[in-house]
Amino acid sequence: MPLRLLKYAMSREHPAPRFFRACETPKKSYDAVIIGGGGHGLAAAYYLARDHGITNVAVLERGYIGGGNTGRNTTIVRSNYLTPEGVNFYNASVKLFEDLSQDLDLNLFYSTRGHFTLAHTESAMRTMRWRAEVNKHVGVESYVVGPDEISKACPQLDISCSGQAPILGALYHAPGSVARHDAVAWGYARGADHMGVEIFQSTEVTGIDVQGGKVKGVQTNRGYISTNKVLSAVAGFTPRVCKMVDVQTPIIIQPLQACVSEPMKPWLDTILVSGSLHVYVSQSSRGELVMGSSLDPYEVHSTRSSLDFVEGLTTHILDMFPFLSNVKVVRQWAGMADITPDFAPIMGKTPVEGFYLDAGWGTWGFKATPISGKTMAETIANDRAPDLINSFRLSRFEEYELTGEKGAASVGH
Amino acid sequence: MKLLKCPMNGVRPLSEFVFGGEVREMPDPNTCSDKEWATYVHHRNGAPGMKKEWWYHGPSGTWFIAERNTMTDEVARTYLYGQEDKQ
Ligand SMILES: Cc1cc2nc3c(=O)[nH]c(=O)nc-3n(C[C@H](O)[C@H](O)[C@H](O)COP(=O)(O)OP(=O)(O)OC[C@H]3O[C@@H](n4cnc5c(N)ncnc54)[C@H](O)[C@@H]3O)c2cc1C
Repeated sequence: MPLRLLKYAMSREHPAPRFFRACETPKKSYDAVIIGGGGHGLAAAYYLARDHGITNVAVLERGYIGGGNTGRNTTIVRSNYLTPEGVNFYNASVKLFEDLSQDLDLNLFYSTRGHFTLAHTESAMRTMRWRAEVNKHVGVESYVVGPDEISKACPQLDISCSGQAPILGALYHAPGSVARHDAVAWGYARGADHMGVEIFQSTEVTGIDVQGGKVKGVQTNRGYISTNKVLSAVAGFTPRVCKMVDVQTPIIIQPLQACVSEPMKPWLDTILVSGSLHVYVSQSSRGELVMGSSLDPYEVHSTRSSLDFVEGLTTHILDMFPFLSNVKVVRQWAGMADITPDFAPIMGKTPVEGFYLDAGWGTWGFKATPISGKTMAETIANDRAPDLINSFRLSRFEEYELTGEKGAASVGH
Repeated sequence: MKLLKCPMNGVRPLSEFVFGGEVREMPDPNTCSDKEWATYVHHRNGAPGMKKEWWYHGPSGTWFIAERNTMTDEVARTYLYGQEDKQ
């Protein structure tokens, strides 16, 4: 590796290999078109080609790949959810993540750190016990720990939280991990490209052609493309794309912000989340503290970030780690989270034949990238959703069969 | 600091307000179909645009309407429910 790097440094042309072909002009038609070159869309393309032999596929991305929520999230991967269907689904994703660097032949910096969801109240402790039991039942390693064990794992943490909100215990989740988010998008893109999938950047879908209740094609800024199968994997743009086909969803868009500190020597090994203080924090492989909070409080289709957010967040971070008071925040940003009322995704078929939806990923969808790609590929190939995602179908709302995931999805990501 | 105009108390910091969602017409539960009712309960008009929304001024307990562009976050006007024409 060092020799190869040196070669690049000496060369005038910087002949670094491209990850995927630079596609400019789409063909007249494809077997499937994927809207959105985020992790989810690219993973779906990869598994369509690898598992189902469907390679005549175009991924259309209005900006650049991974530039949406995939490249804006705080990369926490975990499966300690509250409902059995949620735990099973996210656990399948964690399993795929564990081998993904090998699968994609790319170092995703997947790093298993252990994950503590701190409880500052008796009622929070009750939820932790409940989650631990559901997790154990499904075979996921989560258990409740006391303040001593938390202190042992993170001696820098002020267990009393400046006396404001003393920590009573936590839900410990051994498989909790972080990863390089954009590498996930690029790895799937490269894998899909090698199998024949065409990826178009700066290519926006502006309309979807539906005739007699069936998808016939998509309109783009690079012309019309005919296809019978369209997957919408556009996260924060879902309401706009669904409007093109008149499909109704409960999704509303709220910004979610995050920030990083200046880099420090490694000191924080684990991932810490506090629902009461509305914060979560981990240390990246670059040494930056990656910090996030809850959603902005109302609907806006914008990725503007605010001072209010950093002020609120850092106040609580200082409750936990008073010694960080001289550390600087160096970057902040926002993504558009596609929020559902039951904090579970919407996946599968829709009332429009050939229009498949992968959405409602809100603040929690990065960890689901591999499994959602795999299950959506299966849904597209067979025109039938696998059992694993049946609880996430769009029709659950009119059937009043919402999932009960709210307790485990908010703030924690 | 963002500001919003409460029709009763004038311009106040946004942190004093709570978002109450888009103003929506409730179908008559006695006559509408189950599907219409479920749509009313769960589905939302999530696409960006100019919307009429419920907002609440916490300190004074005032619910009112704001007409806001959810793309640009610009508020065109605010008024008490039913007093749209008086503004
Ligand atoms: C600040 C923040 C922190 C988060 N933290 C976590 C976390 O710790 N753990 C976790 O699991 N999840 C987290 N999430 C959620 C996670 O980031 C998302 O759910 C996930 O990345 C969604 O991936 P995606 O591929 O579906 O969407 P995206 O990555 O947003 O991709 C959608 C793509 O579609 C493109 N697009 C939209 N409309 C069109 C169109 N008309 N034509 C062509 N292309 C279009 C967009 O440009 C975009 O690139 C966080 C999110 C944010 C914002």
